[in-house]
Amino acid sequence: MSTPTVEKHSAALDAAELGGVKLITVTVRIRRFNPEEHPDPVWVDYQLEMDPKERVLDALNKIKWEQDGTLTYRRSCAHGICGSDAMRINGRNRLACKTLLKDVNPEKPITIEAIKGLTVLKDLIVDMDPFFQAYKDVMPFLITKGNEPTRERLQTAEDRERFDDTTKCILCAACTSSCPVFWNDGQYFGPAAIVNAHRFIFDSRDEGAEQRLEILNDREGVWRCRTTFNCSEACPRGIEVTKAIQEVKRALVTRRF
Amino acid sequence: MQTDYTYTDDVVVASAQAHTGQGLGTGNPADAFVVEPPRTRTKKTPRRTRTNFEMLAWLFMRLSGVVLVVLILGHLLIMLVLDGGVSKIGFAFVAGRWASPFWQGWDLLMLWLAMLHGSNGMRTVINDYAEKDSTRLWLKTLMGAATVFTVLLGTLVIFTFDPNI
Repeated sequence: MSTPTVEKHSAALDAAELGGVKLITVTVRIRRFNPEEHPDPVWVDYQLEMDPKERVLDALNKIKWEQDGTLTYRRSCAHGICGSDAMRINGRNRLACKTLLKDVNPEKPITIEAIKGLTVLKDLIVDMDPFFQAYKDVMPFLITKGNEPTRERLQTAEDRERFDDTTKCILCAACTSSCPVFWNDGQYFGPAAIVNAHRFIFDSRDEGAEQRLEILNDREGVWRCRTTFNCSEACPRGIEVTKAIQEVKRALVTRRF
Repeated sequence: MQTDYTYTDDVVVASAQAHTGQGLGTGNPADAFVVEPPRTRTKKTPRRTRTNFEMLAWLFMRLSGVVLVVLILGHLLIMLVLDGGVSKIGFAFVAGRWASPFWQGWDLLMLWLAMLHGSNGMRTVINDYAEKDSTRLWLKTLMGAATVFTVLLGTLVIFTFDPNI
């Protein structure tokens, strides 16, 4: 038999829970866009009472749940793994679920926009199709020749270490949409696709490296990279994106990988 | 509850580019206002020709850059610093230098590398910033013509220079 959980409240517990929590007034300035209402975007300010240790995503949730249900944004896991809520916060691409209010200067209005270079559909939601098309074009899956082995494909710890950094990608598009080359030419593969190609090119178990390198040798491939390091700065997983792109370039020149 | 916001001039952000009026083709009339980036990657994006041109251009930029550092710094040193600086430069000075095949070669190499290095850099800038294919083609044609003209003229002068003119 189940008994409903009774929440025990005591003055002491409440005090402990609330101890140290000082709510501050935060202004969140969101670049909203709804083509059904107006053909141009607008900046809208929202005033919130928030704990500065809360995240930007909490602020967005508070707006959506308590002030304006029409606000639209993507979020899923809310713990920095699914890569849904990449957005431009105070002019920098970040994950709303990994950014604390106290880290983005809550004394001033916090500006939130959709990521750049992709079509804005509504408010903070962009059309991710071109981004994922570039990802698909580098064939982000294991390619092997010959018969399938009867046991798992083994690899040494050193071989695994070779591409460890690029396995961390969560496909949030923070890097690609921070790249000035991508802003100007959406045909460019973009950092995220190259990172995911790197993950397989340098995998000792994979045999499709030649094919992937040929794809990235393209006019819109790695050679468009200008090493501005915007991608490395934007990556919420701390992947050294520019380094990965340079390693792909080196592999193309030396044909060693 | 919905906050009421009005579309006043100080909050409306004019879009950076004009709407195509085409939208995304979803059938929604509001779609016409959605600003599509001019060049997005789709399934129909053509596979380009498989050449190593971009790789060779990239390598050329690195290698010519290293050589140019030596050539240009040496050139500046001779022209501006050593032996009295700019005051010594004149027809006789240039004629004296070009009497030696070494300095002819130096200047020729510097001309070719600097022009190709610079125009390749401009080519990437045009590729990045020109939005329309026709604009890109025209700018690159213009730049290519200017490069060829300068390189050929310079080469002609270096080889046919007559000190007794």
